[in-house]
Amino acid sequence: MDALLLSRLQFAVTTYFHFLFVPLTLGLSIIVAIMETLYVKRGDHDYLRMTKFWGKILIINFIVGVATGLTLEFQFGTNWSRYSQYVGDIFGSLLAIEATTAFFMESVFIAVWVFGWKKLSPRLHATIIWLVAGASTFSAFWILVANSWMQHPVGYVIRNGRAELTDFFAVVTQSYSILTFLHATAAAYILSGFFVMGVSAYHLLKKQHVNIFTQSFRIALSFTLIASIFAVVEGHMHGADLAEKQPAKLAALESVWETQSYSPLYLIAIPNLQNDGNLVEFGRIPGVMSLLAHHSPSATVTGLKDFPKELRPPVLPVFLAFRLMVGMGVLFMLLMIYGWFRRDKLESSPTFLKIMFYSIPLPYLVCLAGWTVTEVGRQPWIVYGLMKTSDAVSPIATSQVGLSLIAFIITYTLIGITAFMVIAKAVRQGPAPGEKEDL
Amino acid sequence: MLETIWLLLWGLLWGIYFMLDGFDLGLAILLPFLAKDEQEKNTIYNAIGPFWDGNEVWLVAAGGVTFAAFPAAYAVMFSSLYSPLMIILFALILRAVSIEFRGQIENPPWKLFWDRCLMIGSFIPAFFFGVVFANIFRGIPIDGAGIFQGSILALFNMYGIAGGIFFVLLFLLHGSLWLAIKSEGALMERAGRLSRKLSIVLTAVIPLFLILSYFWTGLFTNYLNHPLLFIIPLVVIISFVMMFLFIGRGAWWKAWFSSSVVIVDVVLFAIVGLYPNLLPSSLDASYSMTIYNSSSSPLTLKIMLAVVLVVLPLVVIYQGWVYWLFRDPLSEEDLPHESY
Repeated sequence: MDALLLSRLQFAVTTYFHFLFVPLTLGLSIIVAIMETLYVKRGDHDYLRMTKFWGKILIINFIVGVATGLTLEFQFGTNWSRYSQYVGDIFGSLLAIEATTAFFMESVFIAVWVFGWKKLSPRLHATIIWLVAGASTFSAFWILVANSWMQHPVGYVIRNGRAELTDFFAVVTQSYSILTFLHATAAAYILSGFFVMGVSAYHLLKKQHVNIFTQSFRIALSFTLIASIFAVVEGHMHGADLAEKQPAKLAALESVWETQSYSPLYLIAIPNLQNDGNLVEFGRIPGVMSLLAHHSPSATVTGLKDFPKELRPPVLPVFLAFRLMVGMGVLFMLLMIYGWFRRDKLESSPTFLKIMFYSIPLPYLVCLAGWTVTEVGRQPWIVYGLMKTSDAVSPIATSQVGLSLIAFIITYTLIGITAFMVIAKAVRQGPAPGEKEDL
Repeated sequence: MLETIWLLLWGLLWGIYFMLDGFDLGLAILLPFLAKDEQEKNTIYNAIGPFWDGNEVWLVAAGGVTFAAFPAAYAVMFSSLYSPLMIILFALILRAVSIEFRGQIENPPWKLFWDRCLMIGSFIPAFFFGVVFANIFRGIPIDGAGIFQGSILALFNMYGIAGGIFFVLLFLLHGSLWLAIKSEGALMERAGRLSRKLSIVLTAVIPLFLILSYFWTGLFTNYLNHPLLFIIPLVVIISFVMMFLFIGRGAWWKAWFSSSVVIVDVVLFAIVGLYPNLLPSSLDASYSMTIYNSSSSPLTLKIMLAVVLVVLPLVVIYQGWVYWLFRDPLSEEDLPHESY
């Protein structure tokens, strides 16, 4: 164990944990905003009860996300100082822009929303939650632009021994940024929709608060149906973009070893642990890989053997995570299409409701798998083609990192359990009674 | 020039962070001492409830701007001060979840547990930020490659500890003034009395800290070379005296604003004293991280300046609106509705 490995583990632990909370904030804030808008437009108090019920969960989730997000900004300096020094000119400014343009709005207005029920008119109060939702998504945009720059650096020149910005516009608008942003937000919306539908299913199965949870379910269903179809279509485009920009990652996703035209897809393939070929290959369909990556069966797909062994990402985890992500993504879409035809008969579809309840954790898993594909697939680079992860770590004592890693694991486990407990309690409790005076 | 503007902005961001988060950190430390029952505790939680999260973003902004404008200094500073920063980070995480989790379950031991966590999670950042910044003022042992060559325990030297105590006292006073604004009756009187005591203590501590700074840091060099700059510490003293008078008259808002000026100006005093350094090296002056050897490219500095000059005034406006919205003292009937 050295500071490099420990720092990588620590970054993985803290980022994965942070991202258990971020996607629900992104999507649930929009769903709550839709509910509150319906309340303002229609004046039906069930919409208000709905807003408050989901709002409470949103807040708990939001605060844990905020608390654990601070870690990430600190960590670039504490654990990855060589990286920070090398790319701060570009990467640092994106983080600073995120903080000033988005995170401020999100944090300031969410408190107004929580504390301002009696101080603001219903219309203004509903506007505030839209501002929170918009700012959260904007915040995600900047973070993903920063991450995309690590995947595909553009708009820079190497000068004074570091990467210096030459074209800010290119950094922000490159297709990698836009595709990543769309992909991650779609995933976040799916996760949030599944959460809302799963929790609603729990109450509908118990036949309690039927109106509120039927409405909640249906709002989330329309929202998620769009997001899940979008994610699949957009995911394919993202893959094709990847083929141009990160050929090693694309090859790892599909475990493609040989560079060839009419590149085949195997129905079953398992990459070996030596990271130099497939253990199992079965069901060869020529040309499909070329078709998927370059939209032409005769196109040449670059295989991993074209990269020196030390420049290949570890194929097995990337390959498996990719399969989990794509398989689940398609399943989510099918479930949503099926759900769309059951939308008026939810109460008489207990099996579907049960499936939706037990599906709550699945999109969480898929999000973590997605980040595994993105981040492990980029290795050994921290900035693709520009800086290796091993050159990026801070010159710090191993013991310091070891201690902080242990502290993170303990603290985050405790926070995770408590957050789960508290959210589960709010879920079970259901919406507060509907008397006008109590609201 | 661009670098100098950024140094001042950098100092301003940290100053505003300490001014804003200072009161809710300070007040949270005082929670077990000021609140006699659950209702008073609720008042204190609600006095910081709508604000603390927005206040903490100034830390994210200050950190982000350090990264964006002075990446090399950010890298050396954060990696050298690894352990104290991690401890601050854990404390701030604890602070955030304490406020959030406490109200979720109606059970006295549960609430008491989070009250204690909140106090610890607020005391540690207040004290450690003081220690860290005092050491930055004094210089830390970094070598020519920007690698920390000392022991972390050495940060707890006399001046470092003095800095920690100084920060805690400033925040306690700032927090007690905020509670005096936001509460009524017995709680307000208790907060007011405490602020009077704390201001008397600080009357001795502020000059003492300045004297220690004279002997243990190079902060005064710029001032002695450009005596006009002495306006900055003078403003600290004038604001402090005004705060003292306002406390005596029970004019809590004015006292709080004066205390805010004191905090921002103390930070400004130090930043101007550091110039052109951001992080002096105690090993050799030539190893110091200065605004020139650690800044971003002119293009980045310009883009960021445009962003900050457009966006931060907007932030001040909407955050100011939130303070305006929740300016009134909390009455009994507010409490059941206003909580996380």
